[in-house]
Amino acid sequence: MATQQQQSAIKGAKVLMVGAGGIGCELLKTLALSGFEDIHIIDMDTIEVSNLNRQFLFRRSHVGQSKAKVARDAVLRFRPHINIRSYHANVKNPEFDVDFFKQFDVVLNGLDNLDARRHVNRLCLAADVPLVESGTTGFLGQVTVHIKGKTECYECQTKPAPKTYPVCTITSTPTKFVHCIVWAKDLLFAKLFGDKNQDNDLNVRSNNSASSSKETEDVFERSEDEDIEQYGRKIYDHVFGSNIEAALSNEETWKNRRRPRPIYSKDVLPESLTQQNGSTQNCSVTDGDSMVSVMPSLGLKNPQELWGLTQNSLVFIEALKLFFAKRKKEIGHLTFDKDDQLAVEFVTAAANIRAESFGIPLHSLFEAKGIAGNIVHAVATTNAIIAGLIVIEAIKVLKKDVDKFRMTYCLEHPSKKLLLMPIEPYEPNPACYVCSKTPLVLEINTRKSKLRDLVDKIVKAKLGMNLPLIMHGNSLLYEVGDDLDDIMVANYNANLEKYLSELPSPILNGSILTVEDLQQELSCKINVKHREEFDEEKEPEGMVLSGWTQSPATNGESASTSNNENPIDVTESSSGSETASKKRKLSEPEPSNHKKEAENVESEDDDIMEVENPMMVSKKKIRVE
Amino acid sequence: MDGEELTEQETALYDRQIRVWGAGAQRRLSKSHVLVSGIKGTVAEFCKNIVLAGVGSVTLLDDRLVTTEAFNANFLILPDENAYGGKTVAEICCDSLKEFNPMVHVSIETGDLSTFGVDFFEKFDVVVIGYSSRATKKAVNETCRNLAKRVAFYTVDCRGSCGEIFVDLQNYKYTKKKLDETVECELTFPSFEEAVAVPWKPIPRRTAKLYFAIRVIELFEETEGRKSGECSLSDLPRVLKLKKEFCEGNSVSENHIPDSLLERLVSGNTEFPPACAIIGGILGQEVIKVISGKGEPLKNFFYFDAEDGKGVIEDLSNKL
Repeated sequence: MATQQQQSAIKGAKVLMVGAGGIGCELLKTLALSGFEDIHIIDMDTIEVSNLNRQFLFRRSHVGQSKAKVARDAVLRFRPHINIRSYHANVKNPEFDVDFFKQFDVVLNGLDNLDARRHVNRLCLAADVPLVESGTTGFLGQVTVHIKGKTECYECQTKPAPKTYPVCTITSTPTKFVHCIVWAKDLLFAKLFGDKNQDNDLNVRSNNSASSSKETEDVFERSEDEDIEQYGRKIYDHVFGSNIEAALSNEETWKNRRRPRPIYSKDVLPESLTQQNGSTQNCSVTDGDSMVSVMPSLGLKNPQELWGLTQNSLVFIEALKLFFAKRKKEIGHLTFDKDDQLAVEFVTAAANIRAESFGIPLHSLFEAKGIAGNIVHAVATTNAIIAGLIVIEAIKVLKKDVDKFRMTYCLEHPSKKLLLMPIEPYEPNPACYVCSKTPLVLEINTRKSKLRDLVDKIVKAKLGMNLPLIMHGNSLLYEVGDDLDDIMVANYNANLEKYLSELPSPILNGSILTVEDLQQELSCKINVKHREEFDEEKEPEGMVLSGWTQSPATNGESASTSNNENPIDVTESSSGSETASKKRKLSEPEPSNHKKEAENVESEDDDIMEVENPMMVSKKKIRVE
Repeated sequence: MDGEELTEQETALYDRQIRVWGAGAQRRLSKSHVLVSGIKGTVAEFCKNIVLAGVGSVTLLDDRLVTTEAFNANFLILPDENAYGGKTVAEICCDSLKEFNPMVHVSIETGDLSTFGVDFFEKFDVVVIGYSSRATKKAVNETCRNLAKRVAFYTVDCRGSCGEIFVDLQNYKYTKKKLDETVECELTFPSFEEAVAVPWKPIPRRTAKLYFAIRVIELFEETEGRKSGECSLSDLPRVLKLKKEFCEGNSVSENHIPDSLLERLVSGNTEFPPACAIIGGILGQEVIKVISGKGEPLKNFFYFDAEDGKGVIEDLSNKL
C-alpha cells in the first residue's frame, strides 16, 4: 500500500482534525507516523484527570491546559519536522468559515457531540471538502466517509436527538431512575442553588391540586437566622413528604400507576444530626470548592456502594448544610457540574430518596454521576482502532480511490466472524434537507406559539443552526449578527415575544418560511401547518417537524442491549465492485448497536457516537459484579 | 486491610473505563503481569494500550539497538540520537511507557526468549510475542503450556498493511452474558504448533487467505534463515515456488493463495501505522478481556487487511 503515489499524496496533503480528545490523540499520532506533514487541529477543551486513561498524549501535569496545544507538542516530540497548527477554540466560531475549510484536502472529525458534528458537516458541504466522521462508545466504534454529491452527508440519516422528558413525568409520575435524576438536578438543585429568576417546574402539577404556589414558594426561602439543618429538613419534608401527599390526593393520576409513599425526615433520621456526627468541620475541605464533600464524614468511602434510605437522607441533609456552610456565595448561581463532588452527592441522594418513594431501584453515586453528568464510558483501544480506520479512509480520499470508500463498524461481538465490518457508503438521500434542499413541514399552534419557541426548539435545536435568519416572504422576521443596529435588534427581540399569527408578517396555516444560517451556508424551507392540540406525553414540545426520511434502523427501543446476538444483515462489498456507493436501501438495517435512541441528554464530554442508554450500562454492571 | 478496593487515585483516573468493564475487572488488571517481546509498531501500540488500562506490570524484551529503522511506526522512540544512542529498543520503550501511567510497573529483560525456562515464564499471566521467528514462537508456546498455571499466549505480526494475531488460552473458562443471565462457558485452544499445521484441504473456502499466505512466508523465512520480516520483492519467485509445494502437499489448488497477496507480504517489511493501531488495539482489547475473565475471547486467529478493511476471526484447529 505504501506506493510512491500514495506517499506523495500523503506528504502534500493539508488535513484538518476537529477534536483532540480520545479519538484525536490516537488520530494525530497515527497521521504523523503515516507521513502526514501538515495538520491543523481544533479543540476548545482543556485536559481533565479522567481523560488520562486514554488521551495518552497528556500527562497529569497538563491538567487544565489546552488539549489541541498539548497534543501538538507531544507529537512533535517524535516527529519534530512536521507542521502542526493548533487552535484552542470552538469549531463553531465564525473564524472557521467556509474559506477556512476550503484550504483543506480532507477534514477528520473526532468530536463528542451531535451539534458540532452537524455544523462541521454543513461547512464541509459548503466548502466541498471530504469529511471523515467517526465516533466511539466503550467497545463500539464507526468511521464513515462523506463526499458531497457522491455519498450521504452526515445528516442524510437522522441521528437520535437528545432525549427530553415530558414535564409531568419528571414532576409527578417518574417511573425510571433517570426521571429522578432529572428532577433532582434540573428542578430541586436548580431551585435551591441555581438562578432564582429562572422558571422552575418543581411545584408544577399536571393536575390542579390544592396547595397555592405562593405558599410553596416561601418554603424555599431561607431567612438569615434560620438553622441550616432545620431548613434542610423543611425542604426534605416538603419535597418528599407534603408534595407527595398533595399529589396522592388526585385519584385520577394513580388509577393505573403505583402510588408513591410520602417520606418524612422524622421517620428516617434522628432528631438532630449535629449531635450525631459532630459538626460539619469533619468534612474534608481541600482547595477548591469542588473538593468539598460529605461522604468522608459519614463513613462512606466507596462510590460504587448502594446507600439505603437513611444514608441517602443523611447525605441529603449534610450536603445541603455544607453548601450553606462553606459555599454560601455560590448559592443562587450554581449549575450542576458532574465534577462538583458535593453537587453530585446531593443530586444522588435526592434522586434516590425520590426513587425510594416511587418504588424505583436506587443507584450508587458512581452510577448516578454517570447519568446526571451524561458520562460516556470510554477506553483507549477502541479509539486506537477507529483512528487507524480514519487514516485509511483519509488516504483513500486523497488518492481519490472512490470505489474503495467504506463505512467501517467496529463491533463488540463478531458478526459473521467480522469484528471490523466495512460496507459501501450510500448515495445521498434525495430527501435530506441539508444536502438535498428538501422542504420540511412544521405542525404548530400558530396562535399559542411564539417566534422564540420556533427559534429555540426548531431552528437551533432540531435544525442545528448556529446563527439563524428567518424570513417569511420578503419579511425578515429574525436574524443574529454583529453588524445589526440597535433598532433592528430591538425589533427582532420584540418579534421573538410575539405569537406567530401576530407577527408583522403573520405566520399562519400554509405559510412558507425560509430559515438560513449564513455561516453554514444552509438554507431550508419550512411549510407551516396550524394544529390546535398536541399530546403532552408524546409531543411534549408542542410542535412536530417532519419531512426528511427517517433512518431505516432507528428503533425506539432502548431496551436492546449491545450484546446483540443477532447476526447483522449487511451486504458485504465484493471485491471488484464497480459502483462507488449503493442506492439507499430502506429495508437494510444498520448494525443495530449503533442506532439506539439515547435515553438521556447527549454527552458534552468524552467521545461518543450515539449515546448508549446509561441505564442499561449501569444495570449491566450491577449484575455482573 | 483495604487492599481489595481501588484507591481514590485509581477510581479518578480509570473512571471512564470502569464504566465499561467494572471495578472488579479493574482490580484484576492491576494485579496482572504481562511479558512482551519483539517491539515494533504494532506491539508498541499494544503496550501503550495495556499500560493505559492499568495492568500490574509490563516486562519488555527486545535487545536490538535502536536505529533509524526503529522509529518507523513506533511512537515510543523519540528521534533524538543523544537519547537513544547505544540503547536497546526495550530500554527506550520502557522509559516512554512509564510516562503513560506511573501506576504500572514497566521493566526490561534481556536474552533469547526461546532459551528461558518455566521459572521465567511462571511470573507472567500473559505472554505476547511480536517480531519473532516461527521456531521461537513454538518454543515459548510449548514452555507456557508446560507451566502449572495457565498463561495466556499471543503472537502478533504486522507485515505492511496486513496483520495476524494468534491466541492460545489452553482450557479457558469465562463468563458471558446471554440475555439477562450470566452464563459460564469453556473453550479449548490448540497450541501454536497445532494451529499452524492444520491441514489445508478441510478448511472452509471462505477462510481468510492471510492464514495460508503467512504460513508460506513463515516457512520461507525459516528455511532461508531469515529474521521475521526480512524479505523483499526479490524473494517473490522463491516464495511462489514454496507456495506451490505447500499447496501440492496439502492437495489444494495453487489458486488457493493469490500471488498478489504474497507479493504484498514480501514487500511489506515496514509496518503501515494505521494497521499497527488497529491490530495493536484489537490485541489490547483481547488481553484486557482475558485478564478480567469477562467476555468471549477471540479464538484463535484474527486477521486484518487494510486492502479490504475487514477484521476477521478464524477458528482454526485440528478437529478430528
